[in-house]
Amino acid sequence: MNECLLENASRRDFLRKSTLAGGGLVLGFYLNVADSAAKRVAKPSTISESSVFKPNAFIHIAPTGKVTLISKQPEIGQGIKTSLPMVIAEELEVNWLDVQIVQGDLDPIYGSQSAGGSRSTPTNYQEFHKLGATARTMLILAAAELLRVPAAELIAKDSAVHHPASGKQLSYGQLVEKAVTIPVPAPESVKLKDPKDYKLLGTRIGGVDNPGVVTGKPLFGIDVQLPGMLYATYQKCPAFGGKAVSANLDKIKALPGVKHVFIVEGGTSLKGLLPGVAIVADSTWAAFTARKQLEVIWDEGPAAVQSWAGFTAKAKELSEQAGGEVLRNDGDAKQALDDADKTVEAAYSYPFISHASIEPQNCTAWFKDGGIEIWAPTQNPEAGQKIVTETLGIPKEKITLHITRSGGGFGRRLIPDYIVESAAIAKQIGVPVKLTWTREDDLQHDQFRAGGFHFLKGGLDDKGKLIAWHNHFVTFAHKVVKDGKDTLELGSGANLSGDEFPGRWVENCLLEQTPLECNIPMGPWRAPRSNVLAWVFHSFIDELAHAAGRDPLAFRLEILGDKGFIPGTGQQGIPYDVNRMKHVLQHVAEKADWGKKTFPRGQGQGIAFHFSHLGYIAQVAEVTVSKDGKLKVDRVVVSTDIGAQIVNLSGAENQVQGSVIDGLGALMFQELNIEKGRIVQSNFGDYPMIRIADAPTRVDVHFLKTDYPVTGLGEPALPPLAPAVCNAIFAATGVRVRQLPLLRTDLSWS
Amino acid sequence: MSKYTVNVNGTQKTVDVNPDTPLLWVLRDHLNLVGTKFGCGIGQCGACTVHIDGQPTRACLTPISKIGQSRVTTIEGLHPSGEHPLQKVWQELDVPQCGYCQAGQIMTAAALLKKNPRPTDAEIDAELAGNLCRCGTYLRIRTGIHRAAELTAKEAV
Repeated sequence: MNECLLENASRRDFLRKSTLAGGGLVLGFYLNVADSAAKRVAKPSTISESSVFKPNAFIHIAPTGKVTLISKQPEIGQGIKTSLPMVIAEELEVNWLDVQIVQGDLDPIYGSQSAGGSRSTPTNYQEFHKLGATARTMLILAAAELLRVPAAELIAKDSAVHHPASGKQLSYGQLVEKAVTIPVPAPESVKLKDPKDYKLLGTRIGGVDNPGVVTGKPLFGIDVQLPGMLYATYQKCPAFGGKAVSANLDKIKALPGVKHVFIVEGGTSLKGLLPGVAIVADSTWAAFTARKQLEVIWDEGPAAVQSWAGFTAKAKELSEQAGGEVLRNDGDAKQALDDADKTVEAAYSYPFISHASIEPQNCTAWFKDGGIEIWAPTQNPEAGQKIVTETLGIPKEKITLHITRSGGGFGRRLIPDYIVESAAIAKQIGVPVKLTWTREDDLQHDQFRAGGFHFLKGGLDDKGKLIAWHNHFVTFAHKVVKDGKDTLELGSGANLSGDEFPGRWVENCLLEQTPLECNIPMGPWRAPRSNVLAWVFHSFIDELAHAAGRDPLAFRLEILGDKGFIPGTGQQGIPYDVNRMKHVLQHVAEKADWGKKTFPRGQGQGIAFHFSHLGYIAQVAEVTVSKDGKLKVDRVVVSTDIGAQIVNLSGAENQVQGSVIDGLGALMFQELNIEKGRIVQSNFGDYPMIRIADAPTRVDVHFLKTDYPVTGLGEPALPPLAPAVCNAIFAATGVRVRQLPLLRTDLSWS
Repeated sequence: MSKYTVNVNGTQKTVDVNPDTPLLWVLRDHLNLVGTKFGCGIGQCGACTVHIDGQPTRACLTPISKIGQSRVTTIEGLHPSGEHPLQKVWQELDVPQCGYCQAGQIMTAAALLKKNPRPTDAEIDAELAGNLCRCGTYLRIRTGIHRAAELTAKEAV
């Protein structure tokens, strides 16, 4: 979390510290910088009027009454460009149809602009209420002066201030001239709306870019066109960590349309500017075509021997040795396993997978006069700016970064490798250039979801209660030099927290983690860690429930117990509200008629839950498996507790249904093989993704309204899907899935 | 390089490109019609779906030299004012998430509705099998096609 401190705090400030449930410190930052902000954000041509009312960086009201709201976070399909402005519009009392939303460029005026970790909603929700309410208060004060009545007699409604006693009203446009003279009121004098009076929040609002999406308007990074622009492609070493020694540059330079071809030296960071060969041409096709004839001599480096088969063998070997780091050691798990009435032992594994966002990575950049202008489909514009400064030495103040819509994010666009590649090429040639990755580049040079291996043992007492849990997790790490010594640093998204459920719940619990060295890039993939840990743990819990002869729901409720609120113990563990989880678990069971239906062989229900990104989610999946092993997910029921308010019901439902389908796709199909230090798969032909026929027939989504703070929904609905489906497969067939993807397991039955 | 004059969205357009240049890149880089999207380049994702003489076709696999006198229709030309029933319904039901694949989905669905005005779920699944949606909007795509079919039937009455 970036902190944004302001030097000039005064009475008019909204500067205020607030602590989020997640433990993050967020600083309000908006109102005291209204003047400078207004000048700077007036960049979009749509808001160039000079006499607009700009109470803060996010709201512009023109004398015509036109209301423009700025969206600060990147839109990657999570709906933030619609939902956060809805919060302002609700408090501002404007008609949604009168509002125009403009994507803000990267600018410190807006605070953090990264879209990751499902944090955009929880970190901005309260502040955005205040932004809208403050502007509304100022418009009311302006009307009070103009109408010469007490402000208390006025109400704001439908983009106007009304005086019910006299029947007079002034539209917001009519109030602009006066409102610009009203001082920003003290925060305590600004009253937020009572949620029972909300007209917009909680309703179904379509995405603000939908009209452009369905008519093919240029919205995405890849759609950027500039006068005189050239088109680039960039060939990196197929084996991770390799360097370009030489290439047939003269031959490539002579090919049709090719303008520039050069070797980029690059560095060694897998998240940075990697070495490669840039080809710049007068069209994308000319660049791609020339690349087919590119011949590069690579120094592939020592990692070019790594393979998935090798990793798998090594993981088995490591699992048989004493564990590595002990993440948690409660009670005496080994003794409890010896004493247990029944024990279950299983090994679970999952492969590396790609984000495969449907818009391949791309970025347009224009270097001139020592500065650079960048157009990037990014989730993390600050990181894009930072890497360009650090790698290319272009000072921060000479970097302008325009945030475009992204064709999917899923965590991939948090890493700015493609931005620095584009900038490096632009710096070399000095004309506008668009770098477009091929799908092959995108799939083979992703920041992958790490694979992993779990070796589990569980123990049950004579009443079928879970009394012992031992997990030895073998996971992936990179070799780095720290304090002059080689050390292994776990990959992004490859670590286990000692607090992860059922740690903190089982009285005898031993969690061990052993790193396995690799040179494969790793990065956050939607619901990092959780996206696989939920599958492993809730599958194994299901195995234990069945071994105990217990109902899987009752078994889980017993594990959750009556602990109420559980604090974290410092291992990334964050407070966990057991009652909220039990509530969604019982709710989903009720909605799915858990335990009340009888299924013929080949059909069944499975249940799972997971807490991540501050969201409490439980799911029941109903599946049919044909005798020859073909899976159809008939229905998924989802119950969620993400706090007191759903912002946009349509967007929220879309996120949950999308998470279910995304989770199902990863479960069923996604798998990368590694040989000779490189990715074997190359495109959607050998890397299948879920298609429409495999989507569930139905996904029922329930939002439980609770009294807790409002939290995000881009990620937390994904993790419980895989275990719910696999537990349903077991119920249907007796086949336990312990390896991903599903196509590795024969589901046929007779 | 060779000159080609092609009928795109009812207008004759001339470009000077290599004969093997896929229609996709002619549209995007030369005609500034960027609604047709690049996703895979090998006909696996459907993001580049256009109509050639009404048939849904992968623009990434169609060289400009093969177009001849055929009529090319892109998402920009599906309806003169963007009000094809599918375009209306996609907004009404808020189908898109990231939106990148949706032009391709709509073009495939439009061709389906033309030949089969009331498709079943199974017929939709079969016809749309070539169009990936990475965000997983498949449920709303199914619903949207049924709804557009209803709208079209009503309008025809």
